[in-house]
Amino acid sequence: MNYEKEEFFAPGHGLCAGCAAPIIVRWILKLAGPNTIVTNATGCLEVATTAYPRTSWRVPWIHVAFENAAAVASGIDAALKAKGEKVNIIAFGGDGGTVDIGMQALSGMVERGHNVLYVLYDNEAYMNTGIQRSGATPWGAWTTTSKVGSANPIGKLRPKKPIAKIIAAHDAPYVATANPAFFNDFKKKVKKALSIEGPKFLHVLSSCTTGWRHDPSKTIEILRLATETGLFPLYEIENGDFENMRITYKPKKFKPVEEYLKPQGRFRHLFKNPEYIKKLQKDVDEWWAKYGKYYRP
Amino acid sequence: MKVMIRGNESIAYAFKLARVQVVPAYPITPSTLVPEKISELIANGEMKAEFVPVESEHSAMSAAIGASAKGVRVGTATASQGLALMHEVLFIASGMRLPIVMGIGNRALSAPINIWCDHQDMMSQRDTGWMQFYAESNQEGLDLGIMAFKIAEDERVLLPAMVGIDAFVLTHTVEPVELPEQKDVDDFLGEFVPHYVTLDPQNPATLGSFGFPEHFMEFKYGQWIAMERAKKVIDEVFEEFEERFGRKYMKVYPEFVEDAEIILVTMGSMTSTTREFVRRLREQGKKVGLVKLTVFRPFPKEELREILKNAKVVAVVERNISFGFGGAVYAELSSTFSRMKEKPKIVDFIVGLGGRDITFNTLNSVVEIAEKAMHEEVDEVNWIDVNKEAVLKAEGLL
Ligand SMILES: Cc1ncc(C[n+]2csc(CCOP(=O)(O)OP(=O)(O)O)c2C)c(N)n1
Ligand code: SF4
Ligand SMILES: [Mg+2]
Repeated sequence: MNYEKEEFFAPGHGLCAGCAAPIIVRWILKLAGPNTIVTNATGCLEVATTAYPRTSWRVPWIHVAFENAAAVASGIDAALKAKGEKVNIIAFGGDGGTVDIGMQALSGMVERGHNVLYVLYDNEAYMNTGIQRSGATPWGAWTTTSKVGSANPIGKLRPKKPIAKIIAAHDAPYVATANPAFFNDFKKKVKKALSIEGPKFLHVLSSCTTGWRHDPSKTIEILRLATETGLFPLYEIENGDFENMRITYKPKKFKPVEEYLKPQGRFRHLFKNPEYIKKLQKDVDEWWAKYGKYYRP
Repeated sequence: MKVMIRGNESIAYAFKLARVQVVPAYPITPSTLVPEKISELIANGEMKAEFVPVESEHSAMSAAIGASAKGVRVGTATASQGLALMHEVLFIASGMRLPIVMGIGNRALSAPINIWCDHQDMMSQRDTGWMQFYAESNQEGLDLGIMAFKIAEDERVLLPAMVGIDAFVLTHTVEPVELPEQKDVDDFLGEFVPHYVTLDPQNPATLGSFGFPEHFMEFKYGQWIAMERAKKVIDEVFEEFEERFGRKYMKVYPEFVEDAEIILVTMGSMTSTTREFVRRLREQGKKVGLVKLTVFRPFPKEELREILKNAKVVAVVERNISFGFGGAVYAELSSTFSRMKEKPKIVDFIVGLGGRDITFNTLNSVVEIAEKAMHEEVDEVNWIDVNKEAVLKAEGLL
C-alpha cells in the first residue's frame, strides 16, 4: 500500500518554523503507513507535538522518558510477539536521547535484535532545554555549554560521536545516514529499513533554526550544504560489514565547508581565524580520502 | 499441590500461573533467580511468555511500560540498587496507570554495599504511586503475587504493584508452598483484558503526552483516587481469594491484640519470629499483641486506627530508616493517629538493617523499652542491636 498521499503527522504542532524534524517524521510515517507504533524520547519533537489533550500523531504513540525510547520499543516488540501481531515499531530520539543518555538502551535494543526502526533526528545539541552541547555537537559549534570566549575561541572542542558506526559495529542488519534534503535517497533508505527484519538505525541530520541560528527559510538549503560539502556523508552499512559500506551520494564537486558554516550563527566565531575553517576542511578531506572508495551508486 | 520452593520461585510461579505474557528483567542479588526461573520455564515449554533480557533495570521497567501499554500482562522482578535505578520510570508506570506487577527481593541499599535483607529499597519508592505488599512467607509471596495482578488490573484501580519478599530469608529459603491449580488461578484472574487505552493501530492514541499546569493536577488526583479505591478492592480480592483458596489475608493482620497493652507492628518475615516471641510472652501472662502490616501502599489508616487505638504503647519494629526523622512506618503511623484524642504512645525501633538478624533478644530489647514507655518518656527512635559506642567514638562524640 502507498500512503504517501495520507497524513499521519498532523499540522498544528508547536515545533519552530523551519524545524527539520517534522519534515523527517511526516515522511517516515507516510512511508510506514498506519500499521505503525511510535515511541518517542523526551525532546523537542515529543514536547511540541503532544500538548495534552491535543496531539499531532495519527498513529499510536508513546513517550515514557528521555533515555529509554529504545527500551520502550523493546517492550512493545515483545508484546507484539506475545500477541502474534505484526506492526512497524519506530522509535524517534534526538541526538541527546540517542548518542548520550539513551546510548545504553539503544545498544541493548540492537544487541537483542528487536524488530524496531530507530530514527535519530540529529539537530546536534540538546535543543529542548535550550541548545546545550551533546555528544553529537560538531567541533567548533557554539552552544550554551560550549560557549565561545577569550579563553575558548572555538566552542565545542571535540568532534561528533560516530553513532552510525557504533551501531553498525553491533552488526545491526541496517544502518544508514540520511538527509531530508536528499529526498530520494532518504525515502529509499526509510523504505529499505522498514523492509528489513530486526533492528534498523537511521541517523538523519535535522537542522534547527533556533540552535543553529539560521534563517528559517533556509532549512533544506543548509541541510543540502551539509552533504554537498562532504561534512555529513550519506552511506549505509549492512550487518556490520564495514568493508562493503556503501556511500550513496558523492558530490560531483565538493563545496568548501565555509558555505555550510557561513549561514549558521553557531559557527560565526570560527571565521575570526582561518585556521579553524582550514581544520574543518582538512577533517572533511581526510574523511573522503579514507572512505571515498566506498562510493557505490 | 504442595511444593518445596524458594521465595524467588514463588514470584516466578505467580507469574506463570497468572499467564504473564512479557517479562523484561535484569539480574540482581537476591532476586536473580526470578528471571532465571522464568527463562527455564519458558525454555522447557512450561510457560509461554516473551522474556526480554534487558541491559539494565531502567530498561526493564521501560520495556515493561512499553509492553503493558501494548496491552499485555507484564511482570518483572528486582531489588535494592536495581529498584533504585528504576526510580525515574516507576513514577511513569503509575502515572500512565499501567498494572505492572513486580517482585522485590527486599535488600539494603549501598553504601556500604550489602546484599542482605532490609526494607529500605521498597520504602524509598513509597511515593512513586505503586501499591506495596510485603510477604511473610513464600506462600504469601506466591499468593500476593497472584492477587497483585487482580488488584492492579481492576478498573477501579489500574495501578502497578510491588510484592516484597525478604532477601535470603525468603528469596533463597526453601519452604513448603501450596501451589494452586492453573485452572483455579485462571478462574480467579480471568482472561487478561486491559481496561485502559493501549497502543492499537486500529485505534491510534497518544500516551504519555505533555501535561500543562491546567491538566497535571487532575492526572495526579486520579492516581490519588485510584489508590484510595484500591483499599476496598484489596479487601474484596483478599476475600475472594480466601473463599477460593482458603488462605486468609488482611491489609493489617492482628494477633493477640484484644486486651493487649503493647502491640508490636511488623512487616515481612520478621513477623514469624515475632509471633512466636509474642506467644511466649502471652504464656508468661504479658499483655502483648502483634500486628502484621501486609499492605503499606495504600496505607491502611482506618484498620490501624481501629486495631491499635486501645493499646497503651505501639512498638513499630522496622527495617528502614529515613535519616533526619526515623522509620517510615513510624512516621506514617504517627500521623495516622494525629487527629485522634485518645491514642497510644507510638515508639520506633530500627532493627535488622542490612540483614542483621532479628532474634528474641532483639525483640526483648524492644519490649523492655515499650514497657518503660508505659509510664515514662523514652526516645522516639530507638536503634536496637547496634554498637553505638563504636560509632559515637568514631564520630568523636565519646
Ligand atoms: C533524565 C533526564 N535528564 C534530563 C532531562 C532534560 N531534558 C529534556 S529534553 C533534553 C534534551 C533533548 O535533547 P535531544 O535528545 O538532542 O532532543 P532535541 O530536544 O534536541 O530535539 C534534556 C536534557 C530529562 N527530561 N530527563
Ligand atoms: S528548537 Fe530547534 S529542534 Fe526544537 S523545535 Fe525549534 S527548530 Fe526544531
Ligand atoms: Mg538535539
